[in-house]
Amino acid sequence: MREVIRMAYRKVAIVGAGMTKFVRRAQETGKELAYQAARMALDSCGMTLKDIECVVVGSAPDAFDGVHMKGEYLLNGAGGWRKPYMRHFVGGGTGVFAPIHGWLHVASGMFDTCLVVCSEKMSSCHPHPQGAFKTIFDHTTEQPLDPTLIWIFALEMNRYMQTYGITKEEIALVSVKNKKNAMDHPAAQLPMEITVEDVLNSEVLAWPVNRLDISPASDGAAAVVLASEHVAKRITDKPVWIAGVGWNLDTAYWATRDLAYPRYVEKAARMAYEMAGITDPRREIHVAEPYDPFDYKELHHMEGLLLADRGKAVEMLVEGKTQRDGELPVCPSGGLLGVGNPISAAGLMKVIEIFLQLRGEAGKRQVANEPRCGLAQAWGDLMQVGTVIVLRR
Amino acid sequence: MKSPRRWAMQEKVAVAGIGFTRFAPVTPDVSYRELTYEAAVKAYEEAGIEPKDVDSFICTSEDFLEGYSIADEYCNDQLGAVLKPVQTITGEFLQSLAVGVMHILTGRFDIVVVQALSKASNVKTISEMVNFAFDPVLNRPLDLTPWFVAGLEMNRFLAEGRATREQCAAVVVKNRGNALLNPSAAYGAKLTVEQVLQSEPVAEPLRSLDIAQNADGAVVVVLCSPRIAPSLTDKPVWIRGVGWASDSPTLESRDWTDAVAVRLAADMAYRMAGIKCPAREIDFAEVNDEFSFKELQHLEALRLFGEGQAGWATENGITSLEGDLPVNPSGGALGVGHLFECSGAQKFVEVVLQLRGEAGARQVPGAGVGLAQSWRGVPTTTAAVAVLSAD
Repeated sequence: MREVIRMAYRKVAIVGAGMTKFVRRAQETGKELAYQAARMALDSCGMTLKDIECVVVGSAPDAFDGVHMKGEYLLNGAGGWRKPYMRHFVGGGTGVFAPIHGWLHVASGMFDTCLVVCSEKMSSCHPHPQGAFKTIFDHTTEQPLDPTLIWIFALEMNRYMQTYGITKEEIALVSVKNKKNAMDHPAAQLPMEITVEDVLNSEVLAWPVNRLDISPASDGAAAVVLASEHVAKRITDKPVWIAGVGWNLDTAYWATRDLAYPRYVEKAARMAYEMAGITDPRREIHVAEPYDPFDYKELHHMEGLLLADRGKAVEMLVEGKTQRDGELPVCPSGGLLGVGNPISAAGLMKVIEIFLQLRGEAGKRQVANEPRCGLAQAWGDLMQVGTVIVLRR
Repeated sequence: MKSPRRWAMQEKVAVAGIGFTRFAPVTPDVSYRELTYEAAVKAYEEAGIEPKDVDSFICTSEDFLEGYSIADEYCNDQLGAVLKPVQTITGEFLQSLAVGVMHILTGRFDIVVVQALSKASNVKTISEMVNFAFDPVLNRPLDLTPWFVAGLEMNRFLAEGRATREQCAAVVVKNRGNALLNPSAAYGAKLTVEQVLQSEPVAEPLRSLDIAQNADGAVVVVLCSPRIAPSLTDKPVWIRGVGWASDSPTLESRDWTDAVAVRLAADMAYRMAGIKCPAREIDFAEVNDEFSFKELQHLEALRLFGEGQAGWATENGITSLEGDLPVNPSGGALGVGHLFECSGAQKFVEVVLQLRGEAGARQVPGAGVGLAQSWRGVPTTTAAVAVLSAD
């Protein structure tokens, strides 16, 4: 049996970040949004496109923009002109996978600097971006049932509530917390102070999912700059290191799995923890940005990330431990529920939030426990992808 | 300070196993997942591994072509890659291959599997699909056959005096002739230059026989680190360099004569491989020939021939199987079929077979260093290059 655990040869740091405001319907094209975010990320660390050796782009389904080969379309907006440029795709997990893909570029020794851009333009999909998800299901076994994405989330949420005896009132607290956190985020689309009653009284979309349980459809872009160790130290005195990366894809036949627990997230988390040398994530992770496109998902993912026992994440939430001043602040940015959900850009927004929190630059959103290590996680495809990145100061 | 880049170049990556299906115009007996399954079983068998031994999987697919708007979902079951690290590259196989190489160079992965697939026969409206890739505001409303871009480019290439119409036709004759020797090729044929020139016009000067026809097929490749290569294979082929690049995506601002992206990608791969004089150091090449003139344009961008020399060399048999620099011994896209994201994979497979000396009737004698090059097709300007060696 060959040994499995090995160290990566090179250290990679995030040295700069930028993001556009997330809005329901942007005036800009996806290309222009990519440009704005890329420009902000480069400006934030005093670099220009000349300093960038390769460009990585993440963007979710082509169906949103209505452009086949969207990576090629976004190319010049993202700064990929006449450079090694590549788009990757793991469904909704793309945003957190983007810096992982960039990490591969730099950690391999082939490049010293990498610009990572995620851009999403969902509003051009009519009448509603959810329509793009009509064709993600198996053409033989599932599409004839005419399912929507919300439909399968409702199944999963129901299963999660049934298995552990969790109530809708408890789950609604996630939405209340995240939308409130977003009040302090300058790029947020849906910052608001709401109550549990507001969530429960909002329109039912597919029981038990109500409108305020769901993140919105958004337009927006985000970008980060990665650099190898010797370059990063010249660019900034506050590099944030990519300590661990992990990703995992479960079977497409989601109907055959236990929906109450995301095994794929656990596998991805274990891969990232192993690389980061983390043995006790509950003690060693100080701030977390799990993926929260639906409110129950934050709890679901905290358990998959081994930050809570199965079915017990809700207790941490109710006790206030996941507030910004709690033991383990979760989604201090406001998450997808509050900041918005331009799919790939939302994932990268989470990475940027951890980057800012670790640098102590999150302003009013700064968490109280002086974090030294944090993680961001995203999830996607047919409830089957987990992508995890662990960052360290 | 020690230069990390040079250090990375000293690493090499082994090809431990390849698996591929037949390449055929239609494959009604298998689904796209079954195509991948067939290739995967063969590749795993050759490397003597099981899916559980693999550290990471890289799939290649672009939304819509498989009929899904999130194609990534359906890439892993047939590879045996359930609950494994899997990612999709919405690009070209050689780009995915480069990602596989990067995996191994990080030092954290030993065995990586790369997959690509074409099930073009499932798509009823290929030209409309390609049209969908055009800029939605500036170009798509023209609603022309997408091959007009290739026609314009060919016209420019000929007008600049880089080749003659006959030299382009000679590429078709050579490649489809080579394909007759390739049992997995779909479009082997004995043609004459006259026949190519007389075929029906598509977008002048581009004629129907200048255009590669679509085919189905799948390729799975097992890569591994040099450390464990001896335990997986006794005939490793080594990846010495990879490169990829893109020029301007807009029709209005690109270079219409030269394949700039191919030049950039090749320079990157050559630098990584330590190749100074490609024309002398490369023994044979599999280059993109989706359109006949593209082979000539790409050979020049790869620095394998000087400007305006590739056409002359083709006419004089230098790029034939018996020539000094055989090009597309497999039959290329013109002979094997155009495989969309899998096109580069078919070329990669051919280079591996040639370097192993397993290419049968089309074996290039003394093949030691080979090159595979791909281009993502109309309307893109994205290209990738891989340089492989037998030892």
